[in-house]
Amino acid sequence: MEFIVCKYNYWIYIVLMMIGFYAIIGKKNLVKKLVGMNIFQTALILYFVSTAAKKGATIPIVSHGHGATEHAIHAAQYVNPLPHVLMLTAIVVMVSTFGVALALIIMIYRRYKTLEEDEILKATK
Amino acid sequence: MTSSPFPILIVIVPLISAFFIPIIGWWKRNLCYPLVILSLFFCTLFSILTLNAVIQNGTIHYYLGGWHPPWGIEYVVDHLNAFVLAIISFTSFFVAIYSKKSVEQELPDKIVFFYAVYLLLVTGLLGIIATGDMFNLYVFLEIASLAAYALIAIGEDGAPLASFRYVIMGTIGACFYLLGVGYLYIVTGSLNMADLSELLPKLYHSKVVLVAFTFFMVGIALKMALFPLHTWLLDAYTYAPSTVSALIAPTMTKVGAYVMIRVMFTVFKPDFSISLFPITSILGWLAVAAILFGSIMALAQSDLKRMLCFVIVAEIGYIAIGVGIANRMALIGAILHIVNDVFMMACLFLVVGAIVYKTGTRNIYQLRYLHRKLPLTMAIFVIGALSVVGIPPLCGFFSKWYLILGAFEAGKWVFVAVLLVSSLLNAILFFRVIENIYLEPREPSYAHDGGGPEAISIDEAPLSMLIPMFVIGAGIILLGVFSGKIIDVVIQHTIPPTI
Repeated sequence: MEFIVCKYNYWIYIVLMMIGFYAIIGKKNLVKKLVGMNIFQTALILYFVSTAAKKGATIPIVSHGHGATEHAIHAAQYVNPLPHVLMLTAIVVMVSTFGVALALIIMIYRRYKTLEEDEILKATK
Repeated sequence: MTSSPFPILIVIVPLISAFFIPIIGWWKRNLCYPLVILSLFFCTLFSILTLNAVIQNGTIHYYLGGWHPPWGIEYVVDHLNAFVLAIISFTSFFVAIYSKKSVEQELPDKIVFFYAVYLLLVTGLLGIIATGDMFNLYVFLEIASLAAYALIAIGEDGAPLASFRYVIMGTIGACFYLLGVGYLYIVTGSLNMADLSELLPKLYHSKVVLVAFTFFMVGIALKMALFPLHTWLLDAYTYAPSTVSALIAPTMTKVGAYVMIRVMFTVFKPDFSISLFPITSILGWLAVAAILFGSIMALAQSDLKRMLCFVIVAEIGYIAIGVGIANRMALIGAILHIVNDVFMMACLFLVVGAIVYKTGTRNIYQLRYLHRKLPLTMAIFVIGALSVVGIPPLCGFFSKWYLILGAFEAGKWVFVAVLLVSSLLNAILFFRVIENIYLEPREPSYAHDGGGPEAISIDEAPLSMLIPMFVIGAGIILLGVFSGKIIDVVIQHTIPPTI
């Protein structure tokens, strides 16, 4: 029980990922598939950010000059910034993937006048 | 250990040119093509210089922004990626030369953006190969994939749907890869490949590392279209414009195979990826399925391009089987096959592009007497086809030879049998096409309109298409003739010493 409660963010990431995965596989509508893909990617962001999270830690900045009281110089005192930075890059990638996919959906809709996969497959046969 | 700016130049030159192309194209459309040629020419030149430097002095490092690893991003070029870099940039250079007429015919109003995205794709591919950082590899993987989605989508009728499926599958693959990076990061705190390979051996029995490795393998298998995960490839490569197929089909999947070898034998050491984890036997059996499935399904196709797509599935199987057998001979075969396959597939897809350019059809049964119309193109097709079948002086023979030797050495007789059977299947496959093109039908068909074959005059593809095809065709022969030297100088240094 403690295993589940204390690491709840990781459990949520797995659940989110599986919801996204289900939507990609199970849904026939292309937009729903795309939303599933986005949930899948967002789950990854949650995972990376939770790996960096720390209770009671501060930002990784050493403050100099007047009035500087605290120096977060030990690894336990500050939050690891790298996963956040990685996720900034990954978010950019995900947004552009989403944009390309939406453009493709517009192209598909103009061609077939529908976004249901089974109707498109029927139309192409 | 030397430092040199070439690794970054190889990636930066096409990237910067990709940004200049829309600007220059807005001013003068005709300047796009020379700019692409120029930038890819420098790219090829730099990668050949790099290969030369690596052969002379060993691994080259470049630290981005002067930050030393493991803090900064590092570009590492050793024997393996120097060779793959040279081959990929060489191929994309010649495909770019070839693209002029084909793009003018198929996509007349999209030339500017086509070339911009083309260069971004090349940037992504070369970046994947040159980088020594796990996360940087993910970014380049997505740059290459995004460019590929866009390029595929401008193809013929079914292309947008095929491209959409590729987006979904490709994104799942990339996400799995990223998840693998994340799992490795939480146990080691590093993203640098060389650093990881030193930190990981102590953690080989950790479950997190096992999960990370599994995620890597599934993600990369999706990207390289290994058998059960190949479904996106067939439609995407069939419906793409001919030039795009000729660029993506040889390079994308092979770069995926390169990443697999890099992760298995550089980031993880062979004593993990071969001894501790049954990945090699899984890969081997998947490869067997891929080879048989690809070769047999290819027999059923009447569309020449779709047939070649199934051949790619089988060829990926060859690389995977080499990694799956995992002894010295088989790995030499697998790495040699990555290089050979880039040339063979480029050759065949370029020829298909030329056929489409001249006749407008890809149906095998409508290509009769094509050798009278396009004698040189068809001669190059025969070279490529014979190389895929594995006829001795051509390069395809040597990689298969090493794979079979490796399978013998490991005593895996099923793999030997599959490799031999697939050669026979490939022979049937390509001789069926060659027969349809070259040979007279046994019974003269009177229904044929337009008279006999003598009425067809030579109407060869334009020179800008012929020269790249000729160069790639000559490359197939040269790679075959000098394969012993290539193995001595380059490939034997790429095999991990413990194997």
